[in-house]
Formats: sequence, C-alpha cells, structure tokens
Amino acid sequence: MANDDKRIDQPTGTEFVGHEWDGIEELNTPLPRWWLWTFYLTVFWGLAYTVAYPAWPMISGATQGMLGWTSRGQLADEMDLADQARMSVNERIAALDVEKLAADPELMEQAIAGGAAAFRVNCSQCHGSGAAGYQDLGYPNLNDDDWLWGGSMSEIEYTITHGIRQPGEDRRQGVMPPFDGAFDNAQMAALVSHVRSLSGLEQPNAAGAATYADNCAACHGTAGEGNRELGAPRLDDAIWLRGSSAAAIRAQIVNPKMGAMPAFGERLDPVTIKMLAAFVHSRGGGEDFVEAPVEEPVAEADAAE
Amino acid sequence: MPQNDDPRQVIEDGVVKTNDPVSSAVASPEAATRRHEPHQPPRQDLPEKLYEARKAVHNKRIDGPFRRFKWLVMVVTLAIYYGTPWIRWDRGPYAPDQAVLVDLANRRFYMFGIEIWPHEFYFVAGLLIMAGIGLFLVTSAVGRAWCGYACPQTVWTDVFQHVDRFVDGDRNARMRLDAAPWTWSKVMRRAFKWSIYLFIGFWTGGAWIMYFADAPTLVHDFWRGEAAPVAYITVAVLTLTTVTLGGFMREQVCIYMCPWPRIQTAMMDEKSLLVTYKDWRGEPRGSVKKAAKNPGQFGDCIDCTQCVQVCPTGIDIREGPQIGCITCALCIDACDRVMKDIGRPRGLIDYATLEDCEREAAGGTPRPPWKALLRPRTLVYLGIWSAIGFALLFALGTRSHLDLTISPDRNPPFMLMSDGSIRNSYTLKLRNMTTSPREMTVTMEGLEGGRFWTDRISQDAAARSQAFTVPADETRTVRAYVVAPAGSGQQDFTFTLATDDQQPETASGTTRFSAPESE
Repeated sequence: MANDDKRIDQPTGTEFVGHEWDGIEELNTPLPRWWLWTFYLTVFWGLAYTVAYPAWPMISGATQGMLGWTSRGQLADEMDLADQARMSVNERIAALDVEKLAADPELMEQAIAGGAAAFRVNCSQCHGSGAAGYQDLGYPNLNDDDWLWGGSMSEIEYTITHGIRQPGEDRRQGVMPPFDGAFDNAQMAALVSHVRSLSGLEQPNAAGAATYADNCAACHGTAGEGNRELGAPRLDDAIWLRGSSAAAIRAQIVNPKMGAMPAFGERLDPVTIKMLAAFVHSRGGGEDFVEAPVEEPVAEADAAE
Repeated sequence: MPQNDDPRQVIEDGVVKTNDPVSSAVASPEAATRRHEPHQPPRQDLPEKLYEARKAVHNKRIDGPFRRFKWLVMVVTLAIYYGTPWIRWDRGPYAPDQAVLVDLANRRFYMFGIEIWPHEFYFVAGLLIMAGIGLFLVTSAVGRAWCGYACPQTVWTDVFQHVDRFVDGDRNARMRLDAAPWTWSKVMRRAFKWSIYLFIGFWTGGAWIMYFADAPTLVHDFWRGEAAPVAYITVAVLTLTTVTLGGFMREQVCIYMCPWPRIQTAMMDEKSLLVTYKDWRGEPRGSVKKAAKNPGQFGDCIDCTQCVQVCPTGIDIREGPQIGCITCALCIDACDRVMKDIGRPRGLIDYATLEDCEREAAGGTPRPPWKALLRPRTLVYLGIWSAIGFALLFALGTRSHLDLTISPDRNPPFMLMSDGSIRNSYTLKLRNMTTSPREMTVTMEGLEGGRFWTDRISQDAAARSQAFTVPADETRTVRAYVVAPAGSGQQDFTFTLATDDQQPETASGTTRFSAPESE
C-alpha cells in the first residue's frame, strides 16, 4: 500500500508504513546498522557460494564451481580416510590365520562387525539379510548347526573363496546324478519313506532301506549322516534344504537341484573374506564345534571367558 | 487494569497520561506534546534511512545498594562459572574425579554425587523445565530480575564496561575519546582495551571447555597443542562471540536479538515489580533553583539526567517501562543519591508494581514489597516448580543402578536346529550404573526345558542361569542364544538380572520366544 503523503507517528517521530490492523499501525522503524551489514553479508555469501560450488542449472548439468567440489569426490575422500583408519585392523587380520582369529576376542569382534557389513553387500541377495537362507530356492540357512561343506572358520573361508560347484575348482564339486526312471513307483515310494524314516518322520521299511543302501549310501552315508567332502547333505536331522515332504524328496531324487555359489576370491580381498567367515561362523553360535573334525578352532567362548 | 478514579487519566505503561485517544496512530499532533517529553523532539521531515546507527552507551560509575548487589551477583556467578570445573569429587578408581563433568565421549553427565546416563536424560529435561518455570516465577514476582542481574549477557557486558572505565576513564572521558581523532595514543589505548577484551573472551571460552573434559589434563594438553581440535575451535568461537556480544553489541543483544524481553512483556502484569519512574511525583521537571523561586509548581525531578547517564543500556527510564530496560536498578541508586543531596525523599525512581503506582498516584500508600511477591500467581508457579523439583529428587533417590534391556532377533525370528530343537537369539544389555565392577546372574524364568548360552559361553555350558561380570559404569552387550526342545510353542518368558554383591538389586524383562507354527 503506497502512501504518497508521508504520515508521521508523533511520539516516536517515525514514518508509518501504511499497514493497519484493527487500529494498530506498523511503523517504519529503521533496522540497526549491524543487522543491515549482516544482511549484505549473507547476500555476498550466497553469491560467492554459487560461484565456488556447483549451483546454477544449465541445459546439461550445472556449473562446476571454482573449487571443483563434488559429492562423489567427497565420498571417495571419506572412504579413503575410513580405509586408512581401518588399516591397522586389516593388517592384523591379514597376518593371522583365520582359525586363530577367535583367540583374540577384540579382533574377532571387529572382524564380525566388518563381516556383517560385507555380508549385506555381497551375500544377503541369496542368503537373506538375517542369513536365514531361502528354502524354496535351496539357499542354505547359515544360522543353524547344519553345514553342507563344513562349518569351521577355515572351511567357511574356503567356501567363500572358491565358491560352490565352480568350474576349474578341485573341491566343492559334488554332484548327485538324476534318478529319473531308475525306480518304479513302489521302489520310489519305499525309498522316500526310508529317507524320511532316517530322521524319524516315518517308520523304517526294509525295501526302501535296500534301495537306499544300493544307490544312496555311498554319498549320504549308511545312516544318512551325509558327507561334507562331497557336499552330500545329512538326511538324519531335522533340517531339510529343499523340504522334508515326500513330494519334495521325490522331486530331488528324480531330478536333483544343486546349488551353486560364485567364487568370491576373485571379487573380494582376503581380509574381507576372513571377516565374512568370522561373521558367518558367529551366526551359528559355535554349534559346529562339537561334531567338527580336527581342524576346528578353539571354541571362541572358551578362549574369551 | 483497574480503572483510575479520574476519568481523564489513564495509566499506561506505568505512566499517567491524559485520557485522550490511546493509539498513537490516531492521536492528534498535540497529544504528543501533552505527554512528558520524549528524549528527541518529533521529526517533521524524515530522511530516507536504511539503518539506525548504534549510539554508544557510556554509562557513568555509580555506587549504591543495587550496584553493590550487582557486584555480589557478578562475583558469585563468575566464580561459579570459572571455578566449578576445578572442584574435585572422589568417585573411586573407575570414574572421573571432576565434580561437574559433561562426558560427551562416554555419554555420562556427572554432577557431584549424581551421575546421569543417556537413558536418564529426563533428569536434565526436568532441570531445564525447572529453569523455565523458575524464570516464570522470577518474572511474575520481580519482573526482569534475571535480565538485570544474572543473565550472562548482562554480567559480561558489565565486566566489559568496567574494562572500558579502567582503560579510558569514566563517562565523559570515554565520550571525549570516542569523538577524538585517531591519534597514535588513541590507537594504542584501543589496542590495549581490545586486547583485554580478547583476553576475557579467551578466558571465557577456555573455562567453557573445562566442563567437557578433565580440567587439569585439558589445560596441560591445551597449551602443549595436544587437545582435540574441537577444544580449540570451541575456544575460538566462544572468544569471538564473547568479544562481539559483550564487548561491542551489548544492549543491542537485549533489545534486538534476545527473545526473552519480548516473552517477559507478555508475562508481566500489574502486580509485577518494575523499575519505575514515578512521574506523578517528578513532573513537571525543574531545577532546584527554579523550584525554590516558584514553590509548588515543579515536581521532584530536577532533570539532572543521572538516571540516563548510569544506564547500561542507555535508555531514559522516565519514558516509562520499555524493552530496553533490563531492570538493573542502577538508576534507582543514581536518583536516590541525588534526592539525598538535595534533601528530597528517596524513591523517585523505584521498584514498584503498576498497581502500586496507580494507588500511589491517587494519593494512597504503597503496599510493602513482600505483598507484591505473595500472590496466587507467584505461589502457583512456586508450587509447580517445587513439585517438579521434589519429583526429580524422589526419582533420583529411588532409581536403580542396574538395568536390563532385551531385544529379540527378528530376522530370522527362530531357527530350527538339526536335532529338531528351536533356537532364538536375543541381544541383552546389562547395565551397571555403579562405580565398581559387579557380578551378575541372568536367569530364565518360564519356557519349559529352555537353556541359553552366549557368544562368549559355549553351547556345552548352556544352562538356565549364567553369570557375568559387568565392568564399572558400563553396559555389557551379550548375544544370548536360547534353545528350547522340539515342539515348544510360541510363548513369553522372562530374563531376570540379579547382582550377587552386598547391595542386591534385580531387574527383569519379559520377551517372546518365537517358534514355528505347529503343523
């Protein structure tokens, strides 16, 4: 509201701005000088900022800024810094044999924390963010005490480095042949029933036991105890990689599905793999120690307490 | 506001005015002339002004009861501020021995015998609420006493004004020096004064950081250049703000920047104590000589402007209560001294409530000040304030030094073991809030057949009860694996934490054991 004839508030000698609310009028009181300076300073700051940093949008991209700052560059710098900060831990882990890691609880803790981060990036796609696997697709659960290829720290490290059923590798290569058409219906039914009986799901039957002994026991063991050299799963426990129902077992006999895992030795550095091994090992809470062979580590719990 | 007996008069801002239209927006030009004089004559033509230059305040030295009280408050508050971090307090070998310490790195707040953990932050919140209500209480009773005596801005401004006086002399000398050209001696004098400013600012910032680390160690590290960068940055920032706000901006902070004067104007009422010029007694003004010649025509004010000269914010209290008045009462000291010299009764400028001003202007006698303090509003504030205080004290006295939090793993919620048993994982936090290590036992209650082990206790040792040692003043995080026999259903159970030492305490929490739905 422009006001040509300036009206002046007599008591203060200040000009009105011309706004009125219910008889209360606003005075054009001058700002303190420092306030004005601060205002000019912020204007200058704003202009200088847009020159120094990327700001003005152009047709493709934006102005680069005199300082050459980019958010990606900053991230790279910060990652470098973080890497340097971790250097001593990484060196200590690199120098240690993975089985000896548990003897140093503090280092083990750091390895587990590092492994947890690497797990989310590299492993969770198949094994799940909680490492619980996915039964429908046969991704093993890494929290339980059942290991296809061995659950000691060094076995886990080997599995991560070399993968499962990767061409050109010597180990982790076990293959189950398809038994499509090998058995008639009665034989098949008896065999499935026998397999289920190994873990107490059904009553034993002699016919199935005979078929099992002839065809399966070589790899899965006479009592279904499995074979880690061949990656033949245990059949005498409560954990079923692809389901415990008769139909699921039959499907697996007729046309076995076998999981594969990439060899991470080509993608990750040895320290990260050791950290991953430590993390995966820690998820099970050390169940595998009891039944594991000689190369098992000293129980981390015993070492720590 | 109660109506005055005289219909032609109205009391506004503690000043009796004629009952002409109140809004200055509609006041006739003559209305202004009938008020007692503003310190500047109304301007008739206004030059375009973008800003108002600060007029330097050169307040004159004054002595009197209020000035002495101000000295006392200044000494006490500054002693508290600078001295507190150096008080030692023995807490045993596992905790710092500084009486007041905000340990941000370890997230602990120590205050003498009290130690506050982050999850007990409500104690700090309670103290802040008490501080807020305390300000309400003080404002409703004695007006802006906080502004006048205890506010850091006031105290530091006072310090800097004393520095001005020490270096440049009193009011007149300072005004002369301000107006003088920049000679070599003025430059030297200013350099000397500003270096004292810097020194005070540095000392202020330096004292601040002592609250956040062990003071003697920090001083040692600070001068050797080994302290954390944040210590140097904090000192630099506080030096700068102290010098800027206390040395140069001073009353501008109170008038333009601080929200508290604005809030207080809304909180004061006609029963709050204010520093008031009793214009019914002082007006019209006239010198002693004039008054002697014309007895009965002049009021008590002799227009000596002592009240303006001693004011640290440079206002004229005779214009009535205003935002610039921090009620430091130095004008009362100045005016009382003048009244004593010329043989008139003291209290032309005095602490008074608006209600009393009105009563006194009408010829009544003012009530004693304690009556102004004891009134429902003040007592209600006092009640709320003390209730919060007692509640905090009670909570402090009965709080446990032990705590247990349980968080079950959600991904996966449960795990089937090869023997068919079911395992759940939990993260337990065992909190030892004492200053010595404690032996504790965690016991499971409920969950038939369940046993547990941890990331540091092997499965072979799984049991329903496990022992832990929790270091002094720390939280120990334990991953607990609970296994229950095959066929266990989903159910709740309880972890109980108990200490095994002389002061038995327990804490417990109920959590859920997840299991597959039975087929």
